[in-house]
Amino acid sequence: MGDELSHILPGLRDTAIITCGAYLIGAVLGAFVAAARRVRRRPVRLLAWSLVELVRAVPVLVWLFLVFYGLPQYGISFSPVVAATLTLGVIASSYLSEIYRGGLAAIGRGQWDASAALGLSRRDTALRVIVPQTLRVSGPAMAGYGIWLLKDSALASTIGVVELTYRASAEAQSTGKGMTVFAIVGVIYLLLGLPLALASRSVDRRMRSRWSMS
Amino acid sequence: MIAALAVVAPPDVGSFGYIAGQLLDGLVTALKLTGATLLIALPLALLLAILSDSRLAVARWPALVVVELGRGLPLLILLYLMYQGLPQLAVTLSSFTTALIAFSWATAAYATEIVRGSLGAIPRGQFEAARAVGLSSGDVYRFAILPQAGRVALPPLLNLAIQIFQLTSITFVIGLPEIMQHAYLGTTVNFLYMKTFLMAGALYAAIALPGSALVGILDKRLSRHVQTV
Repeated sequence: MGDELSHILPGLRDTAIITCGAYLIGAVLGAFVAAARRVRRRPVRLLAWSLVELVRAVPVLVWLFLVFYGLPQYGISFSPVVAATLTLGVIASSYLSEIYRGGLAAIGRGQWDASAALGLSRRDTALRVIVPQTLRVSGPAMAGYGIWLLKDSALASTIGVVELTYRASAEAQSTGKGMTVFAIVGVIYLLLGLPLALASRSVDRRMRSRWSMS
Repeated sequence: MIAALAVVAPPDVGSFGYIAGQLLDGLVTALKLTGATLLIALPLALLLAILSDSRLAVARWPALVVVELGRGLPLLILLYLMYQGLPQLAVTLSSFTTALIAFSWATAAYATEIVRGSLGAIPRGQFEAARAVGLSSGDVYRFAILPQAGRVALPPLLNLAIQIFQLTSITFVIGLPEIMQHAYLGTTVNFLYMKTFLMAGALYAAIALPGSALVGILDKRLSRHVQTV
């Protein structure tokens, strides 16, 4: 079992790179998308909405193949790790933008009005009043999406990223001990997701006690 | 002579029509897997939901473990566990059966959470009222609780079904001849990666977009009697 573990564990690096990288891209890009869906100009809102819907209507695997196999036809090629990180990052931005939107919707108009009454600029209101509250409301869902992204990162193995799943599959093929190997890698995924699951629950509880909701 | 030539002439593997035909073949397999998964997973989810709220620890814990594993593990890992793991135990199944087991496990796990949520949304008074009019505990569920919980659970369960349909794409890795398998094999002869995968993506979207729009409408209709705060 130690043998199998030592062959699988190096895959942790690329799993971590893809998951964290995609989450960062998604968190930043998602904020822009969420903002675009609240601007006054209707075409901008419509465009942002259709992008979010389109990204989610097509399976992750198809996006990975489009970027990794399709784009090189037009002279744009990425290494497997970069292709996976970028693709999952864009997909994450669409899901995170929805989570931000939910958080924004939970914050009453009164916050904007009160900030205006205090003489804060729109920018200060957004950055110092709205964003911190949104993050607090969206915290559990954001941690939950982190787990989802970790699970999706396993799909990077299909375009040849040598991450946990890829290594496990190769190990299973060379040793014939598929059950052992995938039980091990399953535990690794569960352990990786555990901090996020706990974070999502504790943020949730703290938030409830602070705002005494239910 | 010309007719004979036309018969042996290879099809234009890069044409829209040829690729579309291949992908539609795959669509049939994808829909079969989705349907079979739902048939197994939904009753299983109802059972798991009831077991995981049971007072008996011996009933509750196994159910919770099954649910947490199904939700916590990447579906790809479950798929490989069945595909590369079962042969270690001298069990060899077809790729469809393999996929069906992995998909049913994950789907039942997600559906269990939906069903539990919907049962939890029914006020306690409904149970008490149903008991008070003399219904047996089986009939309480059958006539009072499940019809109400069904209204709550139906839209998210249908959304789950759409997600499962999209996830059938990953059975590509075990060689199930669904949409992505056909698309990928197509590109090995036509080399039209962008065109082929765009068409595959469009096919998924052509099911998922109207599907989720319909679920949205259904959700509004089913909850029109519910007061929104």
